[in-house]
Amino acid sequence: MDKSTALSLYTTMVRIRRCEEQLARSYAAGTITGACHTYVGEEAIATGVCAHLRHDDAVFSTHRGHGHALAKGVPTRELVAELFGRATGCSGGRGGSMHLFSPEVGMMGTSGIVGPCILQATGAGYSFQLKQTDQVGVAFFGDGAVSNGAFHEGINLATIWDLPVLFICENNMYATEVAFKDSARNTDVAERAATYGLHAEAVDGNDVAAVYAAAEGAVARARSGGGPSLLECRTYRTRPHAEGMRDGGYRSQEEIDSWKARDPITAFSKAIIDAGTVTAADLQAVDDAIVAEVADAVAFATDSPWPDPATVADHIFAGSATGGVA
Amino acid sequence: MADREITYTEAAREALTDAMERDPTIFVLGEGIGARGGNFNTTLGLYERFGPRRLRDTPICERGFVGLCTGAAMTGTRPVVDFMFIDFILDSVGELTNQIAKIQYMTGGRLKMPVLLRGCVGIGGGAATHHSGSYYPLFVNVPGFRVVVPTTPYDAKGLLATALRCDDPVLFLEHKSLLNVKGMVPEQDYQIPFGQASVCREGTDVSVVAIGPLVPKCLAVAEHLAGEGISMEVIDPRTLAPLDLDTILTSLRKTGKLLVADESFGPCGVGAEIAAQVMEQGFDDLAAPVRRLNGVHTPTPYSPPLEAAVVPSNEQVAAAVRNLVAE
Repeated sequence: MDKSTALSLYTTMVRIRRCEEQLARSYAAGTITGACHTYVGEEAIATGVCAHLRHDDAVFSTHRGHGHALAKGVPTRELVAELFGRATGCSGGRGGSMHLFSPEVGMMGTSGIVGPCILQATGAGYSFQLKQTDQVGVAFFGDGAVSNGAFHEGINLATIWDLPVLFICENNMYATEVAFKDSARNTDVAERAATYGLHAEAVDGNDVAAVYAAAEGAVARARSGGGPSLLECRTYRTRPHAEGMRDGGYRSQEEIDSWKARDPITAFSKAIIDAGTVTAADLQAVDDAIVAEVADAVAFATDSPWPDPATVADHIFAGSATGGVA
Repeated sequence: MADREITYTEAAREALTDAMERDPTIFVLGEGIGARGGNFNTTLGLYERFGPRRLRDTPICERGFVGLCTGAAMTGTRPVVDFMFIDFILDSVGELTNQIAKIQYMTGGRLKMPVLLRGCVGIGGGAATHHSGSYYPLFVNVPGFRVVVPTTPYDAKGLLATALRCDDPVLFLEHKSLLNVKGMVPEQDYQIPFGQASVCREGTDVSVVAIGPLVPKCLAVAEHLAGEGISMEVIDPRTLAPLDLDTILTSLRKTGKLLVADESFGPCGVGAEIAAQVMEQGFDDLAAPVRRLNGVHTPTPYSPPLEAAVVPSNEQVAAAVRNLVAE
């Protein structure tokens, strides 16, 4: 891996990590209302996949979507401002954490409902195939979505029609507090997806280089008309399901600690330093820049105006009440 | 170009064909709408003309393909979902109400949602309880939908043409008893804006807002009651959302009496909504309470005499009008 790519991947992961830690602090301080599902521990997946995507590729995410938003190119300022409910947020304060939209960079929504992102990414693939472009649609979802009808229907439609879609299953073994092994007899998502006729592989979701390599193949396959793929990225979230919720009771401290020891950022730093690709100073420079970036984002959000209540009923419709004309 | 007499289905199909010729981003998904041309002939001949990617037969997975169309509409194409029987839309209610209806709002208008959702509604032919619904209140109550209910071939073509240019999600609901109705339709492309009711028959004694198949029933009753000296004004709203309340209020100013006649259910129905709006904005013009005539609030039975019993008949319409006139 060349230095430029290594630094880029490292930067994105650190950006996500520092931002999520900040949002967790802000949540505890009461600055963020509503839900806040942090992505700490899973950074390698959003980073490794989105590294191959352009702004005109379409990402559809789920309730744990801050990492996807940042990796896809939503400015840190706009993410923080959105969670702070400000007018300068990426969704104008209308969405919050679970409804992050930035179509300008192909971030087509996080979602408070599990499942729809799979169908919508399939639909983006349909558009791209119809328009004969080489754009791709990407769905990020968890193990919790695998037992949902949207998983079955979405990957089936993408497969029968050879649509340019990536299905990224972030298998962190728990849907809120329900263990995947209690929701499915067969927890091998890649194996299950393959039975639909879909190209599917399991990847170490805490190894950004492995995710990067697998995603490279999947994106190239989709862009060249080779159809959809599913990557089951096995990972773990080391914080609670959502900020403010308990961490234990349904899982052991030993389990949490064992995954903390497999921290994707720590592992990657060591790997690229050991390989001589980067120096410790290179990484420190990134760390410092990100700390400043997150602080700037918080200051920006804090100083941003609230949305104007007079606009609360705007944008329900595109056209005028009489239907509009093309 | 001349007007000629064609059926409601043919008229709608003309609008769809014209739009698909003009706009290569329009595609149709549904069960049997490809080579077969649709259970109700909605896409007859289009597969040969436009091919399998634009007329795409789906497996039976309404949630799946409605969700798919959501994503497609967000990425530059204009999907048409042809449900065949609108009852099948219920399997996709989550995608419809939590996604399609809300995305424009959440993105502050940066994403449009040009999805057309069409299907046949209503009671008739022994279709029974899984194939006879209308579901208007669901679509009208959720913010974000246009709800279009044409009853004539002319209106079907003009309103579908508008729907296919509209950047909002549109429910285009065609009553199955009206599909073979014939009427004069221009050959050329034309559009009817949403939110414009049609006064199908002028009158002075009572205003009747009729939905779907109740329009031809009310017109037949009006002709009959004219012989009894009762002058009925019949209004077809054509779209339920947006609703043209002004036309209804203008009529009420003339007659003082309003009946809403609708095959679908009374509770929280379109008639209840119209009555509430008229009470709020036209109270001083009311000489009697707004009256509603609805189908019986029950799942739709199969056997012909039972099916007939749950739908407002011409006799029931006439009785309701006579009673209102006498109030």
